[in-house]
Amino acid sequence: MRPTPRSLLRILVPVKRCVDYAVKIRVNAQQTGVETNVKHSMNPFDEIAVEEAVRLRERLKDAVKGITAVTIGPSKAQETLRTALAMGADDAVHVETPEAAIVEPLAVAKLLRAVMDKKGPYDLVILGKQAIDDDAGQTGQMLAGLLGCAQATFASKLDVDVGAGTADVTREIDGGLEQVRVKLPAIVTADLRLNEPRYASLPNIMKAKKKPLEKLKPEDLGVDITPRLQMLKVTEPPKRVGGQKVDNVDELIAKLKKAGVLPGAA
Amino acid sequence: MYRTISTTAVRREPTLNSLSTFTDEEEMLRESVRRFAHDVVGPKVREMDENESMDPAVIKGLFEQGLMGIETSPELGGSGSSFTSAIIAIEELAKVDPSVSVMCDVHNTLVNTIFRTRGTKEQQEKYLPRLSEGTLGCFCLSEPVSGSDAFALQTRAVKQGNKWVISGSKMWITNSYEADIFLVFANVDFSKGYKGITCFIVEKDMGIKIAKKEQKLGIRASSTCTIAFDEVEVPEENIMGGEAAIGQGYKIAIEILNEGRIGIAGQMVGLAQGAFDKAVPYTYERKQFGKAIGEFQGMQFQMAEVATEIEAARLLTYNAARRRKEEGREFLKEAAMAKYYASQVAQKAAGAAIEWCGGVGFTRETGIEKFWRDSKIGAIYEGTSNIQLQTIAKLLQKEYKQ
Repeated sequence: MRPTPRSLLRILVPVKRCVDYAVKIRVNAQQTGVETNVKHSMNPFDEIAVEEAVRLRERLKDAVKGITAVTIGPSKAQETLRTALAMGADDAVHVETPEAAIVEPLAVAKLLRAVMDKKGPYDLVILGKQAIDDDAGQTGQMLAGLLGCAQATFASKLDVDVGAGTADVTREIDGGLEQVRVKLPAIVTADLRLNEPRYASLPNIMKAKKKPLEKLKPEDLGVDITPRLQMLKVTEPPKRVGGQKVDNVDELIAKLKKAGVLPGAA
Repeated sequence: MYRTISTTAVRREPTLNSLSTFTDEEEMLRESVRRFAHDVVGPKVREMDENESMDPAVIKGLFEQGLMGIETSPELGGSGSSFTSAIIAIEELAKVDPSVSVMCDVHNTLVNTIFRTRGTKEQQEKYLPRLSEGTLGCFCLSEPVSGSDAFALQTRAVKQGNKWVISGSKMWITNSYEADIFLVFANVDFSKGYKGITCFIVEKDMGIKIAKKEQKLGIRASSTCTIAFDEVEVPEENIMGGEAAIGQGYKIAIEILNEGRIGIAGQMVGLAQGAFDKAVPYTYERKQFGKAIGEFQGMQFQMAEVATEIEAARLLTYNAARRRKEEGREFLKEAAMAKYYASQVAQKAAGAAIEWCGGVGFTRETGIEKFWRDSKIGAIYEGTSNIQLQTIAKLLQKEYKQ
């Protein structure tokens, strides 16, 4: 990832099509995954990433040379790209994968690296810290590893100094906030409180359909997406069993002993 | 009725999709409006209803989202989208608040459309950008003595030099409290009867006075006022469509109301669905006699029936919208049917929703009863149910009478 000339920033925003956050998840009958014939939308953390890229441009104006949205997924994932374009991305890349294919984080990271080689250079990659479907939370870190570049994960604030070629990122950690400065090119993963994404306005939705969208296949990029993991079984969490009220501490201790939680006579 | 049908003409095979198939843009618009309605409008619905006033932040939000110039071209500050998109936006807003929905509806399907289809180039360039970007418009036809009999209107316009002087009053004017641009129908020559009716573009600061803001049963956040015109002077270039359109007001009004009905149908469909969506989940939570009330057959069948009727009303509405714009076909009967039926379904669905939730539905806190109050207007404005039936009946007579 070679940086573009100083004072110009190209941003890549990878987005994923997920089961909508409001949908009640159900395990499928074969226990191989969840029911997918439900409403889908952009992974909420990726929406935050798109919003942050658009806000960077609103702040830095012409210093942001371009915002590219990229998705890896079946043909329907194109809707997710249109949403990113309607929010303010300039162009989009769709790496189309077979309908039922599972693309693991490492394969995603490799595909993203290949897209960056082909379409880049990019100076900044902003993506969600995790996708709400598999909750792996690995893609950003793996991509930084593959590229050998800086990473700042779980960002709750992002400032870019284009001239200096650095980004200041505030991260939410246990017990406080951590501020780090990374050299561009860098990978930033978005946490929940980074911003509140806008709703795509109607004029922007209409404009989005005229923005360029390039389609690629994993083969075009020379990446093998064969899964390395085998899904054994997916089950729902056990149903919560109702609790019981006790009258006093003695009764509680007696019950705990009986249940074998505390040592003592059963 | 026995006609021979000849279909020798070669026609391009149309793409046959279901009525609930939408373009990507329409789907994105629906999603975007849904979220706006839920996040921005939702928390204010009760307060706006109780205060009988529209929150300015909601109006501002509608403009910012590009929902106040849906069909206006981007060159004039609009969104450059379709009539069906307008119907979708109106429907989605009504699911959360029918008051906000009607504000968007009147502004788009009546005011903007008249400018787009009837205005001169100068009028379009002067007013459409303002109407897209932040100025609310309203449509002033009804008067104390002329409602369904709209062309009996008494407001007069008299030419004095290069101005027209308008005197009279208008009643039941939606959006008028917040509006700055008024489309006013006045008669310039009573000797010609309805052919004297002319449409004027009047700005509030030309001297329009709000005489009374009505207190209503439903859609209380949407303003409805009586407006007085006390010798309001309007420049002659403000005749909608220019000099040549003097006496064309009746045509403008009839045509716009024919398609405006589809918007109200959309509002009523959204209202019905909003009430249904609020009430039905509760029936699976509330337990009586050891099981969820929604699992009793008496409840199940009521809900199934209402769901079917909402679906039917929705399809009538989408069909009328697609015929009108996307296909440019005759839509008069379909629009009247959609508006008539959707307003009936809205009232039934909202009424049933209250009953399904029992006492909880009857309280103002849950907002279910509001849908029922809001539904009543559907049978009244933009052509009462009787006027819709009359329109349908006239067309039937034309079709069937030998």
